[in-house]
Amino acid sequence: MNSGEIIISVEELTKVFDMGEVKVHALRGVNMNIQEGEFVAIMGPSGSGKSTFMNIVGCLDLPTSGEYILDGLNVKQIDKDQLARLRNRKIGFVFQTFNLLARTSALENVELPLLYNPDLKAKERREKAMNALEMVGLSKWYHHYLNQLSGGQQQRVAIARSLVNDPVIILADEPTGNLDTRTSFEVMEIFQDLNFRGKTIALVTHEADISQFAARNVMFRDGRIFKEKLVAKIKNARTELEALPEEDDIFSL
Amino acid sequence: MKFLNLIIIAVRSLNKNKVRSLLTMLGIIIGVASVIAMLAIGQGSRKSIEDQISNLGTNVIMIFPGASSRGGVSSAAGSAVSLDMEDVISISNDCPSVKYVSPVARTSGQVIAGARNWNTQLYGIYPEYLEIRNLELASGEMFTETDERRASKVCIIGETVVENLFDDYTDPIGQKIRIKKIPFTIIGVLKERGQSSMGSDQDDILMAPFSTVQKRMRGSRRDIQQIYASAQTEEQIQDASDEIDELLRQRMKLAKNDDAPYMIRTQTEIVEMFTSTSDTMIVLLASIASISLIVGGIGIMNIMLVSVTERTREIGLRMAIGARGKDILRQFLLEAVLLSLIGGILGVGLGTLSSTLVVKLMGWPVLVTSYSIILSFSFATVIGVFFGWYPAKKAANLIPMDALRYE
Ligand SMILES: Nc1ncnc2c1ncn2[C@@H]1O[C@H](COP(=O)(O)OP(=O)(O)OP(=O)(O)O)[C@@H](O)[C@H]1O
Ligand SMILES: [Mg+2]
Repeated sequence: MNSGEIIISVEELTKVFDMGEVKVHALRGVNMNIQEGEFVAIMGPSGSGKSTFMNIVGCLDLPTSGEYILDGLNVKQIDKDQLARLRNRKIGFVFQTFNLLARTSALENVELPLLYNPDLKAKERREKAMNALEMVGLSKWYHHYLNQLSGGQQQRVAIARSLVNDPVIILADEPTGNLDTRTSFEVMEIFQDLNFRGKTIALVTHEADISQFAARNVMFRDGRIFKEKLVAKIKNARTELEALPEEDDIFSL
Repeated sequence: MKFLNLIIIAVRSLNKNKVRSLLTMLGIIIGVASVIAMLAIGQGSRKSIEDQISNLGTNVIMIFPGASSRGGVSSAAGSAVSLDMEDVISISNDCPSVKYVSPVARTSGQVIAGARNWNTQLYGIYPEYLEIRNLELASGEMFTETDERRASKVCIIGETVVENLFDDYTDPIGQKIRIKKIPFTIIGVLKERGQSSMGSDQDDILMAPFSTVQKRMRGSRRDIQQIYASAQTEEQIQDASDEIDELLRQRMKLAKNDDAPYMIRTQTEIVEMFTSTSDTMIVLLASIASISLIVGGIGIMNIMLVSVTERTREIGLRMAIGARGKDILRQFLLEAVLLSLIGGILGVGLGTLSSTLVVKLMGWPVLVTSYSIILSFSFATVIGVFFGWYPAKKAANLIPMDALRYE
């Protein structure tokens, strides 16, 4: 699986937040490659720079220095509008807090990135959005409004939205941070399924058992990569899910 | 981005935030509606004053005596007579642009018919007065020059007097009445005219020959209270007024710059006088209206600015999934334009409707003008668009992460 092209390549990436009196060095020189088809989990203590790194990789934020090549493009050299286009076509971002539009149906939320793509017709938009919802197992819920969905379902809507433009990579910053174990595993099952179908995925997590669903684990500490390892025995989310005790069982124990 | 997509995005966004959209529109609606209604009332009352004044008769010249003594210092002290019969006669003989002249003797008094009585205005006039004032008789006939010469005890009366003195089954023509104890015969009834612009009843009137009233009813006073005249044609009204002025100055031996002991007013001058008072009223109403427009504008501004936090995050999210700065700006601009347009149209509707209601319920004259519509509409649109667009402009310049993090 690790034989694909390199789609993300960062070199000596730094990020300094200038808070006036203090300068926060969130990243102090990160080097990392992600190949096509990889499933990377990023771990590390709070404040170690994981989110900062993900935001830069997702073109939501700009680095202070360093090189970043995304799918052959040097991100430093392109303007704002082209960056927006990159985010629209090449990146799918999943946030810890979902960041969905309130009072809006699941389908419309998933469709949103496609509205910023002028090449698509209304019918194609709907089809693609329905497909994405299908992939996260929510096709029956497409017309439901966000407030009618559980947290896990909302995160699946967010994943569907990140998928819908067929990006080269899906970046997820603590996608299971707000979810319970069972729902987390359900979400991980979806990520594994997507990865199995060839999607490149990088996700940030605090939980060791979540990181075991990915093939490679990267540890951050103090704005640097501190340790990196391949997961010896990748766990399968579906089997783990089946092994979880049913809610009823918890009470009968 | 395709314009159609932009419309979809903007309409969905307005639809998803109904409360915010409604509140914004409310500011616009109220601002626009109040401006239209207030200016409509102002314009309407001005128009009605103009109408009623032209109802006076289309070409009327009024001459009022002043208080000053005739012939300056040389004349007898305390003499208050500034206009006399000689003046009336010379005006009718020596002013070529003047068509009719009538002196007016005015008093009020009790009129008795059988067991009923009524207090009314008594006018002593020449028969020509009807022509000058554009008055017509509903029945009977006008008294004649002969009546004037003989100071006959005949009169014509207005509808209000008829109603108060006679029951529905009596024809007032030919009836005998007593005015200040003097017996008169009614020979005509004036056509109904209703209320004047000042609110007085124009039908509460009795007219008799000038000489009759002047000699029999004003006691020992012989001065002329007022002279009415009309010009040959409406165009000659200024000439006529100038001729009268020149003639009176000559007769009174006044130097060019002396203050005249009389006052000449033409129809146009009276219209101007009244419209200038109604202009003051319009200015007043307009300032109230502009205050409400500004209050409405501040309302719009508040809603737009208050929703910034929520909207800045929304902008961050939209940019995170691929919206460009200009897509955001266009969306917000379109939203603001749509809100202002819809609110503006509703406001125009509400303003017109409430103006119509004022006409129906209060009987006030109301006139919706296009400039009040244009003025209020464009003001509300400018405010709405600016304050809808300004926060978006700020947010669209941020990088997505900063907008997403905005508190
Ligand atoms: N917008 C910002 N302004 C100032 N400092 C920031 C900003 N964002 C992050 N930081 C700082 O940068 C450092 C790294 O933050 P980051 O959010 O990347 O950590 P993290 O590894 O994601 O932590 P967590 O696990 O808690 O999410 C922290 O010290 C944080 O306080
Ligand atoms: Mg983080």
